[in-house]
Amino acid sequence: MKFGIVVHEGPYQHQASDSAYLFARAIIEGGHDLYRVFFYHDGVSNASRLSLPPQDDRHIPNRWSDLAEEHGTDLVICVAAAMRRGILDDDMAEKHGLDASNLAAGFRISGLGQLIEAGIQADRLVVFGD
Amino acid sequence: MAEDEDADADADARYDDEDSYGDIKKFIYINRKAPHGTVYALESLEVVLIAAAFDQDVSLVFMDDGVYQLKKNMDTNELEVKNFSKTYRALEMYDIDKLYVERESMEQRGLSIDDFIVDVTVLNSNELAKLISEQDVALSF
Amino acid sequence: MLHIVNKSPFERPSLDACLRSAQSNDAVIFIEDGIIAATQGTVLSDKVENMLSSFKVYALKADVDARGLSNKVIEGIEVINYGQFVELVVENGTPISWL
Repeated sequence: MKFGIVVHEGPYQHQASDSAYLFARAIIEGGHDLYRVFFYHDGVSNASRLSLPPQDDRHIPNRWSDLAEEHGTDLVICVAAAMRRGILDDDMAEKHGLDASNLAAGFRISGLGQLIEAGIQADRLVVFGD
Repeated sequence: MAEDEDADADADARYDDEDSYGDIKKFIYINRKAPHGTVYALESLEVVLIAAAFDQDVSLVFMDDGVYQLKKNMDTNELEVKNFSKTYRALEMYDIDKLYVERESMEQRGLSIDDFIVDVTVLNSNELAKLISEQDVALSF
Repeated sequence: MLHIVNKSPFERPSLDACLRSAQSNDAVIFIEDGIIAATQGTVLSDKVENMLSSFKVYALKADVDARGLSNKVIEGIEVINYGQFVELVVENGTPISWL
């Protein structure tokens, strides 16, 4: 079956992003198709390259990046939510004259249409939030 | 297993049509939080506006404190935040006109349909449960 | 339908909202802080136990264990792992999250 996942909360603050990640892994391990993980609201912060958690703790942005690298998982963060919260790729930073970008590997920034499309294309769309 | 494969094949077949997404899906947006205390009311509305372009079957439900999202006469000047409540009136222009308020939530809070900025259909819990059971995609905020 | 409840019933009325909106034979899974609802000996345990007569009720093992509540789950609530959670979503139609 084809799944979509939506993540509404940032890393560490709420359990949503942990639950979503473990669910994503279980989808893949169960032989199902993970069509897209869409990050909205504070969920866009899962895509920050600048996260520096303690060495003995899970690195939430990195493990999402690893999922993308190992399984080709489509990780999309909402552009409007990302701009509000300061998660930018190189193009956006340059376009808006900002001196840094911080999008983690494996993520792409796109519009809310990608969320709707995930709902249309997937057989099951699961929301993790607070 | 064979049953699952057939179901998957059917699901995939729906999207073989190059010109459209195939069968229209029923999307429901569940709004349960008051506006302004958190961002969910504003940002869920932004999803709905984008969703309008996809011609799916959209219903919006307001329950628990979500009923306050539709309150008339909001004045956000002193809070220095955007007052986005007029946007609910614009939904009609996008053919998003299935707005539902849960009766119990409304009454618990001493509100009535006269308090709302748009026309809504008030549903009791049974009617709401039935509506929810018919949906293909549930987006909770 | 599969109803996913992730908040404690003592923190938020999400379980109540879920129960008003669920239909007989739907499945309900408690995850994250929601598993608190699935435990014995609380003022809400009877209400949650009654759910078993209308719904298939589950609790996510990882969350139960993390909170030290593995020996306190209400009898009849099935404690399952993430792999089984995925299959639950497959089998029970549209998932809806009560945040």
